[in-house]
Amino acid sequence: MRELALHLLDIAENSVAAGARNVTITIEEDTRGDRIRLAVEDDGKGMDAEMAERVTDPFVTSRTTRRVGLGIPLLKAAAEACNGSLQIVSAPGRGTRVEVDFQRSHVDRMPLGDVVSTMLTLLVGFPDVHWTFHYKGDEKQFTFDDAPIKDALGEVPLTEPSVLAFVRETLETGISEIQEALTERELTTRVCQNYVLKEGR
Amino acid sequence: MPAIKSLEDLRRVREEALQKRKARETSGRIQIIVGMGTCGIAAGARETMRAILDVIESEDLSDIIVKQTGCIGLCEWEPIVEVIVDNQPKVTYGKVDANAARRIMKEHVIGGQVVQELLVPGQ
Repeated sequence: MRELALHLLDIAENSVAAGARNVTITIEEDTRGDRIRLAVEDDGKGMDAEMAERVTDPFVTSRTTRRVGLGIPLLKAAAEACNGSLQIVSAPGRGTRVEVDFQRSHVDRMPLGDVVSTMLTLLVGFPDVHWTFHYKGDEKQFTFDDAPIKDALGEVPLTEPSVLAFVRETLETGISEIQEALTERELTTRVCQNYVLKEGR
Repeated sequence: MPAIKSLEDLRRVREEALQKRKARETSGRIQIIVGMGTCGIAAGARETMRAILDVIESEDLSDIIVKQTGCIGLCEWEPIVEVIVDNQPKVTYGKVDANAARRIMKEHVIGGQVVQELLVPGQ
């Protein structure tokens, strides 16, 4: 999986499998600190300390169809290769928080990828879960909370075409606004650096 | 299809959708299930799901239930898509990339014809 958004999908699927009713996904891009942080927090059944520690081992999984789980270990290896780390905080009955961070500018850091498709897949596929999504880019923030939308819709599913279009457009607009601001910030920084180099200051 | 701008619009959409549903209560519904375990995701299941949602939007298909399932032990056939029309038996498709998903939507979900060449063998 060469996309952070695919890993977010994979981790969030674990949250649902753990019986979570509320899942919060956070992406934080910090150009000054040169970090990109992702977190998935749920109120599922959680794990004891031993399982939480062993879950990053490729030969541990709670699945019964196959006994090898690879999602988290691969993400951990990818983060560590980019001066980052992966942490799991969990307790039985208290939910789980998976947090991973990367050096944002690292040459091997995988791209964020298609966050809109990841969110649509989760929102539509698990309508009984309450999803909250935060995307922070330096001081800007976009938040998407599906509760008010579902309240207004009642028994009508998110797959109703006009609703699907609304959710997709809301996500696309919110995410692209953050990304445009980040790109602008990076360009400005680069221009300033070039100026300083040229002027010898 | 007028654009939705507010929660008030969503409530209006709800009323309209429920009216439409009442009108064809007897025609039944279609369920589409996409395998979304780690094996499915790694094989491209998110793009399959997105293609299905895009067709629902572009073809204005109401009353289609889209669900997910985890690994069902057929990892080599991922991405897997199951289609259930009304009370007919479940049809399981394998190696469904975005193009195959668009084909299944057009021929099976809209056209009512099972796409034989995309079936997982043994059905």
